[in-house]
Amino acid sequence: MNHLGTGRSRGPNWILRLHALAVYAFLYAPIVVLVAFSFNADHRNAAWKGFTLDWYVRLLSNETVHRAVANSLKVGLVATLVATVLGTMAALALSRHRFLGRGLVGGLVFIPLVVPEIVMGLSILTFFLTFRQPLSLYTVMLAHIAFCVAYVVITVRARLAGMDPSLEEAAADLGATPWETFRLVTLPQILPGVVSGALLCFTLSFDDFVITFFTAGVGANTLPLTIHSMLKFGVTPEINAVSTLMLGCTVTTMTLYTWMERKRSGG
Amino acid sequence: MSPMEPASSGSRRIASRWVGLLLVAPFLLYVLTFLILPLASVVVLSTHQVNDQYHVEPAWTLDNYRRVLDPDNLPILLRSARYAGLTSFFCLLAGYPLAWFIARHGGRHKPVLLLLVMLPFWTSYLVRIFSWMTLLQTEGLLNGALLGLGVIHEPLGLLNTPFSVVLGLTYGFLPFATLPLYVALERLDGTLLEAAADLGARPATTFWKVVFPLSLPGVVAGGLLTFVPAMGDFVTPEILGGVDTLMIGNLIQQQFLASYDWPFGSALSLVLMGLMLVSILAFLKLVGSAESLA
Repeated sequence: MNHLGTGRSRGPNWILRLHALAVYAFLYAPIVVLVAFSFNADHRNAAWKGFTLDWYVRLLSNETVHRAVANSLKVGLVATLVATVLGTMAALALSRHRFLGRGLVGGLVFIPLVVPEIVMGLSILTFFLTFRQPLSLYTVMLAHIAFCVAYVVITVRARLAGMDPSLEEAAADLGATPWETFRLVTLPQILPGVVSGALLCFTLSFDDFVITFFTAGVGANTLPLTIHSMLKFGVTPEINAVSTLMLGCTVTTMTLYTWMERKRSGG
Repeated sequence: MSPMEPASSGSRRIASRWVGLLLVAPFLLYVLTFLILPLASVVVLSTHQVNDQYHVEPAWTLDNYRRVLDPDNLPILLRSARYAGLTSFFCLLAGYPLAWFIARHGGRHKPVLLLLVMLPFWTSYLVRIFSWMTLLQTEGLLNGALLGLGVIHEPLGLLNTPFSVVLGLTYGFLPFATLPLYVALERLDGTLLEAAADLGARPATTFWKVVFPLSLPGVVAGGLLTFVPAMGDFVTPEILGGVDTLMIGNLIQQQFLASYDWPFGSALSLVLMGLMLVSILAFLKLVGSAESLA
């Protein structure tokens, strides 16, 4: 059944195979080089001069990077927490309740997906400055919540759509209060969806450059902003080391996310 | 809400309405305050003007929009469209055979092969673009390899060129083209290909007469999903490009963070969104006609 390709099933021809191989190489070469060069003794980042952990050791004493990591974690955790709560509530409302303006809210969810990041960033910037709100780490958090929350709504809503509402109705008919129904029946069932929404949120926030670039105040540098300003001084292996750490963080959360999603679709 | 709701639940339904509103209220307030209101303020700002004292003041004019078409700015706009178009083209060119390979020959490895296409997308865009800087720089790996092979005798200036910008954009958005192509090719009925071959069509004929028309919705979706984000990108041209490769995103960023001409920057970003909307509508129309053809 997997040899429908050519009609006369001879398997994939070699050009197709070679092409696929080339595209995968294209996709992964920069990532492999990035990680490899973070262990490279050559400070010009050009040729392999032997293995070293120097660049990571240097990071240990780099105050700017420390502050950036702390800021990124703070923003990521706060944005994830708030966005997950707001988004889950909205998802519940959208799939379990009928109310005035439901269609409008359903449409609003897609705004962050269609508005270009740069426009979202600069519009939030003008908004803060119009209301004389000085930029800081808090403005970054507020902006991150704004673009993350939609992803939680979408993820949790997908989970709720696959759930049988009769369980909740049974609980209500048996005299459970709405809060009890939520805590004992709904929440345990949607939890995987909530967790994957939160993981997605954290990744988006942790990796975001464009929106942070527009909304961060002085001293509110996150990791991507710090990498960006390091780039201005040219390519150094130290950037490779920071980037590798960041890559590790994203890949870990996204692996968890995929695993949760798989468990979810697997039932 | 379920149609099989118990009949006795009239009052519960009213309560449910209030609970629904209560649940959605924080989200709604948040999105209205931090997304919709800011976007609306950009629309207002685009009609303002910067006065002699460099203050933004209301002018209720369309001058900022007129300036978008100035000889200084129009080429940047056209260049953005050109780069985005090239990006779409190369993404489709690379993504189509790959999607075909996964959909038709992937077998039980399909999920893994697809995951491998998506995985880089999940990692920081900035970091991946930075890595291309390492690869393309004068003393970089690519030049080193080409010199070593004797293909070239002097390192090529690959960075800060249209080549590096389009390469970076193609790299960044390739997964967006591959996925819709995969979906279109995966549901293609294999017996059609066998029928074409049995009736004596050569592989090339089968492809252009049967496969390609049926996959058009995927081609159009893939084109759209790469064209739109490439058009608004400003990180790639900033890092991999130079003065001659500025795109509309860079121009917008300059207005906000360098020349402080916010009204003009606002007008530019609304033009960008308008262009995106137009291309989305045009693409959707194409999909519609492609599907009615198929």
